[in-house]
Amino acid sequence: MNPYLGGVLLGLVLIVAFWVSGRGLGASGAIKSVIVAGVDTVAPGHTQSAVFYKDYLDTHEGPLKDWLVFQMLGVIVGGFLSGAIAGRLKWKVEKGPSVTNKIRLVFAALGGLFFGFGSQLGRGCTSGSALTGMAVLSLSGFLSMAAIFGTAFGLAYFARKLWI
Amino acid sequence: MGPLIVNEIISDNTNLFLAFLIGIGFGFVLESNGFSSSRRLAGMFYGYDTTVLKVFFTAAITGAIGLLFMSLFNWIDLSYIYINPTYLWSTLGGGVVMGAGFIMGGYCPGTSFCAASIGKLDGLAFIGGMIIGVLIFAEGFPLWQGFYEAKFMGAPLLSEMLGASRGFLTLLIILVALGMFWAGEWAEKKFARKDYIKND
Repeated sequence: MNPYLGGVLLGLVLIVAFWVSGRGLGASGAIKSVIVAGVDTVAPGHTQSAVFYKDYLDTHEGPLKDWLVFQMLGVIVGGFLSGAIAGRLKWKVEKGPSVTNKIRLVFAALGGLFFGFGSQLGRGCTSGSALTGMAVLSLSGFLSMAAIFGTAFGLAYFARKLWI
Repeated sequence: MGPLIVNEIISDNTNLFLAFLIGIGFGFVLESNGFSSSRRLAGMFYGYDTTVLKVFFTAAITGAIGLLFMSLFNWIDLSYIYINPTYLWSTLGGGVVMGAGFIMGGYCPGTSFCAASIGKLDGLAFIGGMIIGVLIFAEGFPLWQGFYEAKFMGAPLLSEMLGASRGFLTLLIILVALGMFWAGEWAEKKFARKDYIKND
């Protein structure tokens, strides 16, 4: 798909989200909800004492009855449908030409760990904080976009073996 | 009339059902633009594929313009739209940590789910890492709670900070984005790689 057309379509999805729910798109918030629900099931005593979980449970009626959780379930379905139509469904490790599968998977997990932590610290990720935040013209949207992309650009040289 | 949920035009359960449909659209558009590919996402930082930059900024502009026009036509009440709050240090600090995760992992949270949905195992590994990262944040929360809540500035708009109207700032962003699109097209020619075929 032409990237500019794709961008307009993504922007339209974002506008529909605003029109329906008053909030834009997101991803990391859904992960947080699922984790709080998971920990609450496994160790309910712990979630009543630890601040992070307790605050969340006190302000949400049910952690899984959450807008972003349903939206992310849709993302998985939508991604799968697009991949199926385009013939891209395949088990695969995607990596740069000069790394092994093992190194790629280790760094993918490590990158996920950083992103997961950072998304909680920054109150949202590329979707919820940077993209949605910029569309509503919030200061934090521009700051988080600049910090995420600026840091990735700044560190690209050190990570070049992974990608080129 | 919008947002529908705030104005009680739809029920809570309908809102969740619509969230699922909106998510399908979100995932479909991301995947069909190649956001399920870590090499494409990483390509933005080495210049060989700047699709992500083009899609991301076109979407942000479309969203900003769309909100302005919908407000103009009274289709949406902007005062009910959620504005992300600014806690200066954690917004920036979180962004830096996320940027490091981006260049190491090649995904962000939404795109990793897209990648996993078509069978990318590196996408699954990224999701596994994210779960651990969020758990570390949650378990160690008292350690960084001070930093997390420091320098709260409310929920200001960039346009307010600059003393400009929303429309003027949107125009400015469009001009900046056009400059970046031009730079992106230039970079793709200059940093093109033999081992990477860019297909739209």
